[in-house]
Amino acid sequence: MRPSNFDPISVDILNRQLKKVTIVVLIFFAGLIFRLWYLQIVNGWKYRAKSENNRIHLEDIPPLRGMIFDRDGRLLVDNRAGYDLCVIPEDVQDPEGLLNRLNELIGIDLDKAREIFRKGLHSFPFKTVPIKRNISRDELASIETHRFNLPGITILVRPQRHYLHNHLAVHVLGYLGEITEQQLASGKYPNNRGGDLVGKAGIEDEWQRFLNGIPGGEQVEVDAAGRKLNVISKKAAIPGADVYLTIDSKLQGEAEKALEGKRGAIVAMNPMDGEILAMASSPWFDPNIFVKGIDRQTWDAMVKGAGHPLQNRAVAGQYPPGSVFKIVVALGALQEKVLNPEEKLFCGGSYRLGNSVYRCWKRWGHGWIKLHRALVESCDVYFYQVGKELGIDNIARYARKLGLGARTGLDLPQEKPGLIPTRQWKLKRWGVPWQQGETLSAAIGQSYVLVTPVQMACLISAVFNGGRLFRPQLTKRIHVPGGDDIRDFHPVERWDLGIDNANLELVKQALIGAVNEPHGTGSKARLKDIVVAGKTGTAQVVSLTKTDHNGGQEDIPKALRDHAWFVAIAPASDPKIAVAVVIEHGGHGGSAAAPVAKEIISAYLDANE
Amino acid sequence: MFDRRLVQNFDWVLLLILLFIAGISILNLYSATYPIRNMGGVQIFHKQIYWYLMGFGVFFLMTTFNYYALERLAYPGYIACILLLAFVLVMGKVSSGSQRWLHLGPISFQPSEITKIAVVLALAKFFREKGDRRYYRLRDLWQPLLVVAVPALLIVKEPDLGGAMLLVAVSFSMVLFVRMYWKSLLILVGGILSVIPFIWVGLKSYQQQRILTFLRPDMDPLGAGYHINQSKIAIGSGLIWGKGFLQGTQTRLHFLPEQHTDFAFSVLAEEWGFVGSVVLLLLYLFLILWAINIAKNSKERFGSVMAVGLVAVVFWQVVINVGMVTGLLPVVGIPLVLFSYGGSSLITTMAAMGLLMNISMRRFMFQ
Repeated sequence: MRPSNFDPISVDILNRQLKKVTIVVLIFFAGLIFRLWYLQIVNGWKYRAKSENNRIHLEDIPPLRGMIFDRDGRLLVDNRAGYDLCVIPEDVQDPEGLLNRLNELIGIDLDKAREIFRKGLHSFPFKTVPIKRNISRDELASIETHRFNLPGITILVRPQRHYLHNHLAVHVLGYLGEITEQQLASGKYPNNRGGDLVGKAGIEDEWQRFLNGIPGGEQVEVDAAGRKLNVISKKAAIPGADVYLTIDSKLQGEAEKALEGKRGAIVAMNPMDGEILAMASSPWFDPNIFVKGIDRQTWDAMVKGAGHPLQNRAVAGQYPPGSVFKIVVALGALQEKVLNPEEKLFCGGSYRLGNSVYRCWKRWGHGWIKLHRALVESCDVYFYQVGKELGIDNIARYARKLGLGARTGLDLPQEKPGLIPTRQWKLKRWGVPWQQGETLSAAIGQSYVLVTPVQMACLISAVFNGGRLFRPQLTKRIHVPGGDDIRDFHPVERWDLGIDNANLELVKQALIGAVNEPHGTGSKARLKDIVVAGKTGTAQVVSLTKTDHNGGQEDIPKALRDHAWFVAIAPASDPKIAVAVVIEHGGHGGSAAAPVAKEIISAYLDANE
Repeated sequence: MFDRRLVQNFDWVLLLILLFIAGISILNLYSATYPIRNMGGVQIFHKQIYWYLMGFGVFFLMTTFNYYALERLAYPGYIACILLLAFVLVMGKVSSGSQRWLHLGPISFQPSEITKIAVVLALAKFFREKGDRRYYRLRDLWQPLLVVAVPALLIVKEPDLGGAMLLVAVSFSMVLFVRMYWKSLLILVGGILSVIPFIWVGLKSYQQQRILTFLRPDMDPLGAGYHINQSKIAIGSGLIWGKGFLQGTQTRLHFLPEQHTDFAFSVLAEEWGFVGSVVLLLLYLFLILWAINIAKNSKERFGSVMAVGLVAVVFWQVVINVGMVTGLLPVVGIPLVLFSYGGSSLITTMAAMGLLMNISMRRFMFQ
């Protein structure tokens, strides 16, 4: 037995304190009981009504996707109303019956619908799940008239992407598709959930994070039939930002008209700042077909089908440049002082190297010519010799200076870099050393050399704008509706060519001559009042050494015909537009591609006097 | 050790109250897990029965020794808890985003639960040594302040805002019980108020969000605001007599989130109405008042202060949880003690009840 350490006074204090504690406890409990009384007695029936007759649902408010405009503010892509047929699993007493009735009315994928329903019931029974998305207006009418026989369904109105001009600039704009598991897992799509549509190509993909917006949500009171009674609270969705492109939609239309029925690409660019005025690739497609959802067969046909309409040939089409590449060789040779522009070289129609004979396109040759005429009339033999002197590694170096062999970095996904061969590259890639004969082929833009149309547009721009290689850009501004510009675009100069002005002048004069002088290969691009400069190119698809095609391409089956190139810029002294055209299997650059470039240039300059 | 007087002084009332609460809790848990019985609900229900059996086992275990022996273990026990808290922060498995749990094989428990008891014991020891004539000034209390602040901060970091708040509330109650000077009290309250902005900044965004939601429920209709809304509907719709066992529509149709844990009381209120919820509250009230009585009869300072502390642990948990589910307080994630599903909380609370029983049984040891 221990002595208590409580004396009578301590006991007194203890009891007093305990009394205070008791009072505090009683007060708090009284408060709680009072609160219960308030909820259950005073407001009991109100809550009872809510719990029995009404339901509270959580609904997503999808954000409005940003719109896309051309450089003059003409609307290219916006959003229209689309209707999703949804169901609230908990409210459906007879799911099998309901799904069958729906199938009778509008036709649905029963197995898929059953699976969606089962999943919804398991996880979130009072949340809407979509059974069929993007139903037509007829289907909508059908459902609405039979509403009372379809308890538990609800129609969700969603914004649906709409490409106003169908296939116009489709490769630039891109299209939407359902977000994949990998995309969700990547963390780059914080505002998207499974089932959302996100950009899959083009600008829709490039600026997905600005175009998407931020979803909102609402707590909604609905009755047993699923009708919205009351919005309890709402968090507004934040719409996506609008994108303004540098594209001139009128010019774009002209470019697509010129490519009608052909395969190829056109890139038109402002040579002084890199803004892309038009970018067309043929064949094309209508992105509106993806909006409603596309079935497997049609999709397969598009992806694997002949012509590859999904491919943007302007940035991903890699072709041998043909004679257009002579610009690179000429500049390189001049700069390296390997070439004297006043020196005459002989072209007799062919050139012998070792055991091989390399032909000029002109059967009987050009005779003794200097650089200027060699470019104007595109003499192959001249450039065989120059190329041999310069060497493949130097050729490659100047090609890279002029932006070839690497991505331009423009604001589109899936750009390809092309290819500029070097000795080292060949050894690594093919395991055999570089042959001198291959330098000759490379000098006239055949062999392993591959370029894209957008690279060529940049190249000719750099030659004529004083030696600055600009990054091509498709986006002018990204603008929050009713707010500020998120992004404003300025010309980006990637680097200075570092080539002497005198050398650039020489080449420029030759390119002017190629269009405007007699015997120039680009004469079909000549305009009456404006000085157009340019270069033709004819890229071999198949090397036809035995068949002497002597300029006549029509005799050869189309699939074997060469690709036709033309790269142009105008006006030569004060450049406003640079154009690169490639027509697959078009034959000669001069006859197939040059007239197209002329159309584009004159359309643009006429409209922009 | 086994004195016949122990048996004579066996506190049947305490045991009876606990049995009643346990019974109602089990019944309620059956209903709360009924909607998910095919998806793990049955397992949860069975698990809780085992926890209860274990809990009563611990309860009896805690009565077998003289509680006064704990007086010597109070400080070392406290240090051990601090170490466990630190350990769990560093090593603890991350379970639904917070580092509160320690997993030892099949058993997992929350060190923050045991810490509550440890702090009560440590403070009881401290106040026993100082005697009871004095009014405490702030400068006398720097040790208790430290004793509370260290684990509270560790708990906040877990993050478990509710747990830290509970610890502070319990300690505060104990300090008030042993009396403070008015001025010192004001200074202390002022000090706490001035620290609040710093604490606010240190809170995680979802914790801040919960408090903001409470003040303006329309701000977060899709998150915490939704929980409280559904809870109030569940409780209110119970009316006087409730909807009946297993008939709660909010519960059965999944409208009520966390219905077997934080919102277990709402399930009871929906199914048993005003009558049912008040009966449970009165059981808790009775438990608390009975425990206060135990403190009164203790005749020894360590025991009575400890009893008050243990009472405070139960009292504050009840007040915070019921206040939360009825919409009077922000959602802070405190389950209802002895009622909600949860092994950690149940075992530690039963241990605390065992200590109360212990104090009650040994009051004759002091004259």
